[in-house]
Amino acid sequence: MEKKPYNEMVTLTGERRPHYHRYADWLGHQHPVQIARKRAEADALFHRVGITFAVYGQDEGTERLIPFDIVPRILPSTEWARLSAGLKQRVRALNAFLHDIYHDQDILRAGVIPAEQVLCNPQYRPEMQGVDVPGSIYAHVAGIDIVRDDEGRFLVLEDNLRVPSGVSYMLENRKMMMRLFPELFSSHRIAPIDHYPDVLLENLRSVAPNGIVDPTVALLTAGANNSAYFEHAFLAQQMGIELVEGQDLFVRDESVYMRTTQGPQRVDVIYRRIDDDFLDPLAFRPDSLLGVPGLLTAYRAGRVTIANAIGTGVADDKSIYPFVPDMIRFYLGESPGIDNVPTWQLRRREDLEYVLANLPELVVKEVHGAGGYGMLIGPMSSAAEIEAFRRQILASPERYIAQPTLALSTCPTFVEAGLAPRHIDLRPFVLSGLDTTIVPGGLTRVALRDGSLVVNSSQGGGTKDTWVLES
Amino acid sequence: MLSRTADHLYWMSRYIERAEGLARLVDAHYRMSLLPNSADTLVNSLRDSMVTLRVLDEYSVRHGAVIPNAAFQFLTTDREFSGSILSCLRSARENARAVRGSLTSELWETLNATWLDARAMTQVGSGSVDTGQFVEWVKERSHLTRGVSIGTMLRDEAFYFTRIGTFLERGDSTARLLQARRRDLLPGSDAASVPDPFEWSILLRSLSAFEIYRRIYRNVITPINVADMLLLRDEFPRSLIRCAKEVYSNVRSVANTQSAETVRRAGSMHARLQFGRMSEITEVGIGVFLDAYVGQLADLGNRVASDFLVPVGA
Repeated sequence: MEKKPYNEMVTLTGERRPHYHRYADWLGHQHPVQIARKRAEADALFHRVGITFAVYGQDEGTERLIPFDIVPRILPSTEWARLSAGLKQRVRALNAFLHDIYHDQDILRAGVIPAEQVLCNPQYRPEMQGVDVPGSIYAHVAGIDIVRDDEGRFLVLEDNLRVPSGVSYMLENRKMMMRLFPELFSSHRIAPIDHYPDVLLENLRSVAPNGIVDPTVALLTAGANNSAYFEHAFLAQQMGIELVEGQDLFVRDESVYMRTTQGPQRVDVIYRRIDDDFLDPLAFRPDSLLGVPGLLTAYRAGRVTIANAIGTGVADDKSIYPFVPDMIRFYLGESPGIDNVPTWQLRRREDLEYVLANLPELVVKEVHGAGGYGMLIGPMSSAAEIEAFRRQILASPERYIAQPTLALSTCPTFVEAGLAPRHIDLRPFVLSGLDTTIVPGGLTRVALRDGSLVVNSSQGGGTKDTWVLES
Repeated sequence: MLSRTADHLYWMSRYIERAEGLARLVDAHYRMSLLPNSADTLVNSLRDSMVTLRVLDEYSVRHGAVIPNAAFQFLTTDREFSGSILSCLRSARENARAVRGSLTSELWETLNATWLDARAMTQVGSGSVDTGQFVEWVKERSHLTRGVSIGTMLRDEAFYFTRIGTFLERGDSTARLLQARRRDLLPGSDAASVPDPFEWSILLRSLSAFEIYRRIYRNVITPINVADMLLLRDEFPRSLIRCAKEVYSNVRSVANTQSAETVRRAGSMHARLQFGRMSEITEVGIGVFLDAYVGQLADLGNRVASDFLVPVGA
């Protein structure tokens, strides 16, 4: 990687960026011992509160902390204004796209997206064809991953429209920073984020089935062994709704009920945090023990709202991602506020040739993969690894896309040796109900290993508090 | 509330209370082990206690003969034994974690911290655990947990189910402590003859009842007075009648369309103690009475499970 990454705190010539001025001054006055103490305090608090994630493939009940870094990622209000407008625009277009492909399919007939790309996609759910959902909202909660290139431009790396997670860390990181460094919050004007659960609840209530005045909302989790269980419990508690597992629900006469100590109670809106495949063993995977038999029938009958809707995965699939800017133009008649990362689609002959000739410089991703698995980072891979991947690509090129290796921006981060720049990304959470809204900021993830570009918590990434400064 | 949530809350509080009950039992024997010339009595009493807890077989397979230090370790910090205090603290925490959203943050953090500390204390390489200190600590954590739940929880079903769990377990614990002493409680042993005042005072202390006994009876310790206090004194918080009363009132608070018989049985158990006399109880034998009481608690536990915790009308 020849390009020098964009540093969030200082310019190439070593000057502090204005929005980090005050923070850097403050940090310069902190004693290293004091900082070390605060970091230890943060760790102890996270353990005590149980802000952990379960690790797959290890002993049952193994829980780990996601490393938390005390240096915030700061965004000035001007940058945020542009970013948030682009994010809302993108999510509006994605919701319009989902409504369209499950109804008239204008975008396919107009030839903007090849029909087979959508209709043959395993994430496309024919069961949803012609089903009307309240407000025509499909992605009620969207986590859009944003990176910054070496010129400081924001780009969308991927959309997460199924069951995006991480918002609890955004909220808990803020609480932790306020507890550890209250003085920073009086010296900065930091936009608050703690109303997120209220907005989410309001949105969920607003999409209840027609005619329900005071809807019962529940959060559906896979249970305490799920890696994001903490977040599920946290959000349910913050919203004051029941945290249910599949076994707690049943369907009778096309309505969904919870099993309670006082008998069955009707459920109107399900904020589900399990994948489509596991939602209903009668409709999808028959071996799923996590879901609710008959749920799809109740959903199609309009007796219950599921958020996010069934079938949103087709819009965040990496093979559809290259078309999102076209969707924005097609549905909204606007030009995209945030660009995509340039992407080669290996199903195209010329793209494939180019990518195969330049593998050592590129990032190649499986179109249906997620979580940083099944990808090749050319510059970080050995010749043998690249050759192995080349064979995989040749076997089924349509399963891959490729992107240039981005010099993700860096932010100073505490590591063993002290303060050092580490690569970061940003996942803001966009909420859709009667309106499309976004709380200022998001979850900043940081790759803690030197030079690493992988920020996923399952692969050793950490998190930071994200500050949007008010003007 | 969700049946599954009620189930976790109920077991969470049972496990904490069970840990405390075990701590009290070990505490009594640990103190006894510090007295001169009590080796045989101590071993016999430990064996009797493990019989009433139905854990002697597992102990014997693992350790053979009853040896006080091995038994203490088995009952307190044995990771492999699902009935040890350590295992109870883990189960309490796991149940709490499953419904952490229904607990106040303070209560969850208390249970979580208890488990994390217990695990750290008993980790391999962290040195041997002092039995006396450990059981003291367990009692403190149990007091704290109960205080936090009383001080922070909304008085709704969630709270009532934790109370049902607490008092079913406590009644069972007190009854079993007495059952282990049944030999001294046989009809005829109700005379002023005192088999061993030290042992009885240890039993009372382990129930936080020594000073209370003095205040109520202002007399030497006699088995019949001890039994009177632990069975029939409503004002003593660990007595059988107190536990029965709490179970009854909390079961009534959560009553649903199918729980009438359970409420009736809880009320009947309480009434038997409320209107019973020591002379009647000694007539049938305290041991027999205790067996019946433990049986009624088990029956109520099953009925609570089938009425509320296993889903209704599914």
